[in-house]
Amino acid sequence: MSASLETQQTIRSLSDEGYKYGFVTDIESDSAPPGLDEDTVRFISAKKDEPEWLLEWRLAAFRAWREMPEPEWAKVEFPPIDYQAASYYSAPRQQATPKSLDEVDPELLRTYEKLGIPLREREILAGVAVDAVFDSVSVATTFKGQLAELGIIFCSFGEAVKEHPELVKKYLGTVVPQNDNFYAALNSAVFSDGSFAYIPPGVRCPMELSTYFRINARNSGQFERTLLIADKGAYVSYLEGCTAPQRDENQLHAAVVELIAHEDAQIKYSTVQNWYPGDAEGKGGIYNFVTKRGACRGARAKISWTQVETGSAITWKYPSCLLEGDDSVGEFYSVAITNNRQQADTGTKMIHIGRNTSSTIISKGISAGRGQNTYRGLVRVQPRAQGARNYTQCDSLLIGDRCGAHTVPYIEIRNPSAKVEHEATTSKISEDQLFYCRQRGIKDEDALSLIVNGFCKEVLKELPMEFAVEAQKLLAVSLEGSVG
Amino acid sequence: MMLEIKNLHARLADGREILKGVDLSVDDGEVHAIMGPNGSGKSTLAAVLAGRDGYEVTEGSVTYRGRDLFAMPADERAREGVFLAFQYPVEIPGVNNMYFLRAALNAQRRHRGEPELDAGQFLRVVRQKLKLLDIADDLLQRAVNVGFSGGEKKRNEVFQMAVLEPRLAILDETDSGLDIDALRVVARGVNGLRTPDRSIVLITHYKRLLDYIEPDHVHVLQDGRIVQSGGKELAAELERRGYGTFGEQPEVAASA
Repeated sequence: MSASLETQQTIRSLSDEGYKYGFVTDIESDSAPPGLDEDTVRFISAKKDEPEWLLEWRLAAFRAWREMPEPEWAKVEFPPIDYQAASYYSAPRQQATPKSLDEVDPELLRTYEKLGIPLREREILAGVAVDAVFDSVSVATTFKGQLAELGIIFCSFGEAVKEHPELVKKYLGTVVPQNDNFYAALNSAVFSDGSFAYIPPGVRCPMELSTYFRINARNSGQFERTLLIADKGAYVSYLEGCTAPQRDENQLHAAVVELIAHEDAQIKYSTVQNWYPGDAEGKGGIYNFVTKRGACRGARAKISWTQVETGSAITWKYPSCLLEGDDSVGEFYSVAITNNRQQADTGTKMIHIGRNTSSTIISKGISAGRGQNTYRGLVRVQPRAQGARNYTQCDSLLIGDRCGAHTVPYIEIRNPSAKVEHEATTSKISEDQLFYCRQRGIKDEDALSLIVNGFCKEVLKELPMEFAVEAQKLLAVSLEGSVG
Repeated sequence: MMLEIKNLHARLADGREILKGVDLSVDDGEVHAIMGPNGSGKSTLAAVLAGRDGYEVTEGSVTYRGRDLFAMPADERAREGVFLAFQYPVEIPGVNNMYFLRAALNAQRRHRGEPELDAGQFLRVVRQKLKLLDIADDLLQRAVNVGFSGGEKKRNEVFQMAVLEPRLAILDETDSGLDIDALRVVARGVNGLRTPDRSIVLITHYKRLLDYIEPDHVHVLQDGRIVQSGGKELAAELERRGYGTFGEQPEVAASA
């Protein structure tokens, strides 16, 4: 391809000159044109002013992706995605990376306000450092100073590549390799930005770290990359919340999150996912194909995933734990709601590698309307994992008679000392329960919310306080119109 | 007048007619007992008054404090002060008993234009009522009716009634399945809630409950109609003669 060759030559010549701002002729453009080839990958990498090794890493991912088939084993249905029709990069118009909120475009800040994320309020009241991702570029990071005093690094992924390349290079792709799966490979090739956090040995992060993601620009897939490292004996709680404005076309979201917990470290990762689910007929909505995985690298490390999944037209997501260190612990707490035409295929993988590793899986699936909800989970005990233990509980709640709930547990045991328990229930919200609430004066929709929140309680209590309240509201909103 | 039921007919979804012309007037502050054998329509009457789905009212009217009861959906009836103590209280897993009751009370307070109670204020209200019913604090922290014994469930119903302070309370076989000690506690609770502006309808199979809660009026419901009404002495007569004799009174049947 001559165009590609030409571009490569241009890159070479430009990088020789040390061109600082990018290299493609249309440098003022804030979006890449639709389509995906090696040039697109180079465009993104150059836009982000990345070092050569990272470009090579992306290109290796792209080449792997090109050869991979799309996974078809999940219980979800959607028309074929034209990966060449999407645009893979867009940035909000902004001059330079702001040093503080004062430098952020007030228009952006107002958008956050509308979406219910008052940065300033959070900064002052909640003590949460927010790394806000607007479209693909980080626009504001708060509390950095306070964190820096403790040696904690919390910044956008792009910034980490510039400021802490040794850490990024050391850990990137070590939990989710570039060629791990189709969507992870795509993300590795074209990821735009995301968050990076490093907690040094023995440090307990004094505040919840939180990031809010948005999809804003039309037709721009969102490819976030998050890398979190808790060094020996460190502790961090990370919150991730998503909402997206309503739109008409399906949008691809393929994020990758990698967590690394060293000896005695603990990472608590909480997600409230509320992407646009599409309308009642299933038109529009986000395709959420996410790869999240954590590695307990050292002894007694612990990783907990808590997720409340209420949005997206399609959710394909299996936050997992590699329990490598002896006595390490993995936890997965999940609430997934599908209403109208939403489809979710979600669960976890607990891979027991070290001795006396233990894992807990609590999954609550709620189906309403014509929603299809599948729990898919793997518990694997490797030969060396003497004394491994797992407890799995999967509960499904059905609202109405046109929805579906499915449970697909995979259990692979290669060590006879393993103890693995699996419990599953399926129930319907009963007329009796609703009437009982109504007879006490509680309105239908409040009654439903009450019952559903009760059903999800074991998971919701794992969320940090401020998130728990938000999550409860979300559950109610997500089920609006499903009874009565 | 608290409640005026006139010629009430109601049937099940399958078309079976259960209530065949019930007439009943309950004045403010009165306690009425409705007795009758199994299948006479006692629980259907309670369900229809509370607004449970699955019943169709085909004829007649019910006026509650001057308003057409059937014009209000079930939750509105509750907020207007109609309370049903369930024969089989429903379990709601994961929902804390106290949280549930506060949600209910605040829904009713909002309806009346009163300020909602926060957790602390609510706790103070609740503590007073707990003593009345000899209920342990830990019951409040457990999920609604989950793992409760039969007696605990019934006491919990009366406890809810005490907190919600309804104008009209309908107790559907609250005495069934209770041992004598539990029955005494429940009766003491109900008696403590008798006031001049609160009316109580006790639905029961047995006279036993009426030994502890003295009614102003007793009615016999048989085959979907009230076939005899009288004072508390009627309950004793029923106990002696059984239900069989009442249904055979031709003049009552003819009037329907």
